[in-house]
Amino acid sequence: MSVGAAAAKPAKLPARDFGRTVGNRLGDAAMALSSGLAAALVLAILAVILFDVIKNGVGHLSMTFLTQAPKEGMTAGGIFPAIVGMVEMVVLMTVAGVPVGVATAIYLHEYAPASARLTRLIRIAVANLAGVPSIVFGLFGLGFFVQFLGAGIDKVFFHGDKVYGQPALIWAALTMAVLTLPVVIVATEEALRAVPNELREASLALGATKFQTVIHVVVPQASAGILTGMILAVSRGAGEVAPILFTGAAYFLPHLPKGLSSQFMTPSYHVYVLATQSPDVDATKPILYTTVLVLLALTFVLNIAAIVVRARMRRQSGLAH
Amino acid sequence: MDRETALPLPGERRKPTTSRFAAARPPRLELAPAPRWHGIFEWGLRVLAASAILAIALILIFIAKEAAPLLYSSAVRAEVTLSKMVFSQLWPGYDEAASVWQPVSEIPKFGLWPLVIGTLKVTIVSMVVAVPLGVASALYVSQYARPRTREIVKPLIELLAGIPSVVLGFFALIVMATWFQNVFGFESRLNAIVSGVALSFAIIPVIFTLSEEAFRAVPRSYVEASTALGAARWQTIMRVLLPAASPGIAAGVALGLGRAIGETMIVLMASGNAAIVSANFADSVRTISATIAAELAEVVFGEAHYTVLFFLGTLLFLATFAINTVGDWTIRRMKAKLGGAS
Repeated sequence: MSVGAAAAKPAKLPARDFGRTVGNRLGDAAMALSSGLAAALVLAILAVILFDVIKNGVGHLSMTFLTQAPKEGMTAGGIFPAIVGMVEMVVLMTVAGVPVGVATAIYLHEYAPASARLTRLIRIAVANLAGVPSIVFGLFGLGFFVQFLGAGIDKVFFHGDKVYGQPALIWAALTMAVLTLPVVIVATEEALRAVPNELREASLALGATKFQTVIHVVVPQASAGILTGMILAVSRGAGEVAPILFTGAAYFLPHLPKGLSSQFMTPSYHVYVLATQSPDVDATKPILYTTVLVLLALTFVLNIAAIVVRARMRRQSGLAH
Repeated sequence: MDRETALPLPGERRKPTTSRFAAARPPRLELAPAPRWHGIFEWGLRVLAASAILAIALILIFIAKEAAPLLYSSAVRAEVTLSKMVFSQLWPGYDEAASVWQPVSEIPKFGLWPLVIGTLKVTIVSMVVAVPLGVASALYVSQYARPRTREIVKPLIELLAGIPSVVLGFFALIVMATWFQNVFGFESRLNAIVSGVALSFAIIPVIFTLSEEAFRAVPRSYVEASTALGAARWQTIMRVLLPAASPGIAAGVALGLGRAIGETMIVLMASGNAAIVSANFADSVRTISATIAAELAEVVFGEAHYTVLFFLGTLLFLATFAINTVGDWTIRRMKAKLGGAS
């Protein structure tokens, strides 16, 4: 049974109820009402959060907020260094993580024999990697990147001076790259699955090798899905805090990150700092709300973009079948 | 109706298929002779693909490595041992033996139970809220909603999953805690209920997505057969749809549970972080994940406290790993039992 056939006929209750006793009608009404209420409640949660953040955050939002550094103990100014730090971290993360994720997905879907032990192991590893708590990634980043790789680099290249053996932009980005690996793999594999087999067969029939088929036919066809994975990874990376707590995020920096070994500020960590560490909660509240608004707007735009790209991809592959 | 989607005949054995993985596989034949470097490319792909295995292995190795001194280092063991963490101790100033988490007091105390109980309390609250809401809204979206409604509601609920956990934590800390206190009159503003409910917002989309997929993957013939036998819609839901979709729902619940146990920022911000042993859900709690996040920044590399925090991390890793693996195994067994129903 192909995905297409399964998607064509999903289970759907009949539009009208055929049980016509009072009890059945009551039972059905209760079921419809309670499930409808549950869905409405979930949507209401989303709406309330959005409403509260927009209502309290939009007043302080301005161009200067986005282009100024925090001032006066973070009760004034903006979040410019945090935005710069996030962009740098996310770019590094993407460069390091996405190629590995895409390669893994291509191997899993195009090359790997489904029943081979290595394939099964990789699938189990990917599924479990997605389930590892984000704080554990933070511990891993500290133990592996900072204290093993970083300290090792310092010993070899810097005569033991602390350069890379401390929390840094590069280590936070690499930790986040490992964390977002499953996101990229799952999205890419879904995209590869949506490429109709006829295209592969046609390419092979024309005399292309498997490699040429993958590079010139399959991957271009799946590019929208790969893009989806990348967008989702960026959105996740921009929002996570726990993995970067000990691997590079800074409470406050008077300057922008100077290089890979520098610490950095980022909006998500800034929200945590403002919400929990501020000596004067009321004075920082407008800035806190506006930072949340910026972070939320960013992740929503990215997520909506991913949904749109994916929907378009599904429609296209639906037509191709 | 084609044979594939129909009910199995008596005695017919069918290979379990799943909607997620039963995709068209690329053809295996290769006609053109490939240059050698294509083979090298394929090996490169295989090596990169193995990096996921490497990542999992490195995570376990490097967390366990930092926690290991707990077992052999005499400097660390002078302060804390596994048995001191697990069993209640008679601390000076206490009337009876207790499990206490006070890692920075004059006599450091590393009793695990306050943290374990705190984690369980928050997890229970979040699952009690998230499972019914997630499954019921999945039922609504997949069965009752019109296609138009479905196309709007589904992405919106998935958007909830896109909210960073630090934002949910912020919302619980600044807004929800005050509302809850005003409504329920909690003594402590931040407690297991507030953080558990906020945590459920992160888990609902997980359970929703997998349950919705599971409901839609039930073959229509099942519903048609049930209807033809005279079942009302709610009877079809209870006796046919829910059992047939149960593997997918179980997958969602397992994933959600793993997420609830490990989620950090929400509980760090909204649970009050008081390591108390109590059965009252309105008390402040401190979870394992929040403890690591709050304390690791202040500890000295290699000392007892540092080692214990990595030990907690190892516990979290193993717990979520076990939940994922058991969940995966259960799902596969149920699927096999249902004969490809999912």
